Amino acid sequence: MQRFVWVRFGAVLKKEFIHILRDRASLIMAIALPIVMLIIFGYAINTNVEHLPTVVWDQAQTADSRELITSIRNTQYMDPDNYVQGYQEIEGYLDSGKARAAVIIPPDFGKKIQGMEQANVQVLVDGSDPTVARAVMSAVQMLGLNKSLELQSERLVARGTATGLELPLNLVTRVWYNPDMRSRVFNIPALIGLILQSVIAMLTSFSIVREKERGTMEQLVVTPILPLELMLGKLLPYVVIGFVSMSLIMLTGIFWFGVVPVGSIPLLFLLATLFLVTILAIGLLISSIAKTQLQAMQMTFIILLPSILLSGFIFPRETMPKLLQILGGLLPLTYFLKIVRGIFLKGVGIEYLWQDSLTLCAFAIILLAIASKKFKKTLD
Amino acid sequence: MNLAIDCQGLVKRFGNYTAVQGVTFQIPPGKIMGFVGPNGSGKTTIIRMLCGVLVPTEGQATVLGFDVLTQPEEIKQRIGYMSQKFSLYDDLTVGENLDFYAGVYNLQGKMARAEKTRVIELIGLGDRTSQLVAALSGGWKQRVALGCALLHNPQLLILDEPTAGVDPVTRRVFWDLIHKLAKEGMTVLVSTHYMDEADTCDYLGFVFYGRLIAFGSPEDMKKSEAKDNLDDLFIYYVEHEASDDPRNLALKKGGRG
Ligand SMILES: Nc1ncnc2c1ncn2[C@@H]1O[C@H](COP(=O)(O)OP(=O)(O)OP(=O)(O)O)[C@@H](O)[C@H]1O
Ligand SMILES: [Mg+2]
Repeated sequence: MQRFVWVRFGAVLKKEFIHILRDRASLIMAIALPIVMLIIFGYAINTNVEHLPTVVWDQAQTADSRELITSIRNTQYMDPDNYVQGYQEIEGYLDSGKARAAVIIPPDFGKKIQGMEQANVQVLVDGSDPTVARAVMSAVQMLGLNKSLELQSERLVARGTATGLELPLNLVTRVWYNPDMRSRVFNIPALIGLILQSVIAMLTSFSIVREKERGTMEQLVVTPILPLELMLGKLLPYVVIGFVSMSLIMLTGIFWFGVVPVGSIPLLFLLATLFLVTILAIGLLISSIAKTQLQAMQMTFIILLPSILLSGFIFPRETMPKLLQILGGLLPLTYFLKIVRGIFLKGVGIEYLWQDSLTLCAFAIILLAIASKKFKKTLD
Repeated sequence: MNLAIDCQGLVKRFGNYTAVQGVTFQIPPGKIMGFVGPNGSGKTTIIRMLCGVLVPTEGQATVLGFDVLTQPEEIKQRIGYMSQKFSLYDDLTVGENLDFYAGVYNLQGKMARAEKTRVIELIGLGDRTSQLVAALSGGWKQRVALGCALLHNPQLLILDEPTAGVDPVTRRVFWDLIHKLAKEGMTVLVSTHYMDEADTCDYLGFVFYGRLIAFGSPEDMKKSEAKDNLDDLFIYYVEHEASDDPRNLALKKGGRG
């Protein structure tokens, strides 16, 4: 049996320490990343749904209706900040995602409350994200019950007798998109984005580093080839691969899971391709910065991991702290998720998605420009 | 202006380590210039500066009339380069590697095919074009790499230790080819550790720890210092030109002379 030799062990230990100390990037990554991630994710994993942007159509405009709106605000679940007139405006708010819930108060609300009748109020909830929708619906129902009991007792005091069995206030909730609230419908489109991103970013991030590791880069820099030529030449094959893989994954979503897009399929493919190019640009940028394939992989993970939590993939961005919302805004996936969910679930067109699409365009162009710039044709 | 390479006081520092200091030489077109020097003496660094991929810390150089600092891309278009590191794509065939470099040098269609055929014949690649580079022996890999560097008919061919680890027969083939190309008017800059190869160059530069300690034609240098072989000549120069350098003590003790 061989004896454990401490000296050998110590020598290896020392050598490894030196390795790590020399490689600054890995050192920072090894120490800071787990902490940063723990902090970020600790905040992000917050299933409490709060302060959903809400639009109100108050047709009654009475003291009673205003009191109801205040009670809704006091639940903390909804922020009834936007006031509109008519269904069309409500639809606009919900389609664009500016509001996730709507409250519709009928014109005769005050009269019915005062006249001891039953008042009906409609609450529409965006069901794209079933977790959020469920939370809001139960909150609304609780509120309706509480208010009713309050009114009931007021009426009891005023009349001296009960006014019948029906509740004075009936808050009717309706789920707008994804009415049976299948979380699959919500998750599959998002998964498409996430998986595409992981695979493609990983693939492309190796493309240039590999040349560096093999020594072929040294030959390439002495040729007249331009950085942008090299970049685009490396990018295009991956666009094709990405497009094929995207098509397959979408077909799987549609036929296997039965999640059929409500909106335009050509538009979906067009914007998904745009997203693809953005991801490829990220991969190339990583590849031109990294010195080894291992580094490239680590950098890719730094982008991928937060994407899962900060993009709105699992948790609604609206309920995150401001800082995390801003961080999420730096991720292309965030915009793509709005696009896929918009097309899959709401069936909206480019008129609601152009902002997100333009943002993706900007990402792609800026990232490619940086990648080309970063890739210098010198060996210094 | 008529010089193929004109190098004036080139200096390259990496941090505070000086890899090349004050290298000056000139080569007319159509000549073969050889670099000889021990490992780490700075041959590759000089070559890289001349290729326009390393920026000199000081000094200036023109290659084929173009400034290495301001016109590196002009230079790259006109030179053929074979790096010291193996730099073919292992997972591509010989033909595919040639095709790739033909494309990189902007050759297409008929032209590309013609150049490819010419190079295949020149190098004697023959029926190996469909073989994977990974399956080739070291000597054949070097020949393919040379082929890739010749596709675009460069005016200047720069070879960094092309015959390192290559068998004697292939070495001979290589040098016959180099002389043939020079006769056709191509300028060749080549680094080597073999004195027999260096002996056949038109010009020779001895590089010793970043300095060009001697430069001239092998015949002239041997005659003027009354040495009959290059080994002795090199030792002689190291002792005389760089005697202040502590590093040459090791060489003296090595007892080669
Ligand atoms: N990028 C770099 N950064 C720091 N030092 C470097 C760099 N490139 C080369 N050097 C150093 O410069 C010196 C000269 O290296 P160079 O490769 O030019 O030598 P060489 O003559 O080509 O050697 P060989 O015969 O082994 O190929 C070496 O000490 C090397 O370590
Ligand atoms: Mg070298």
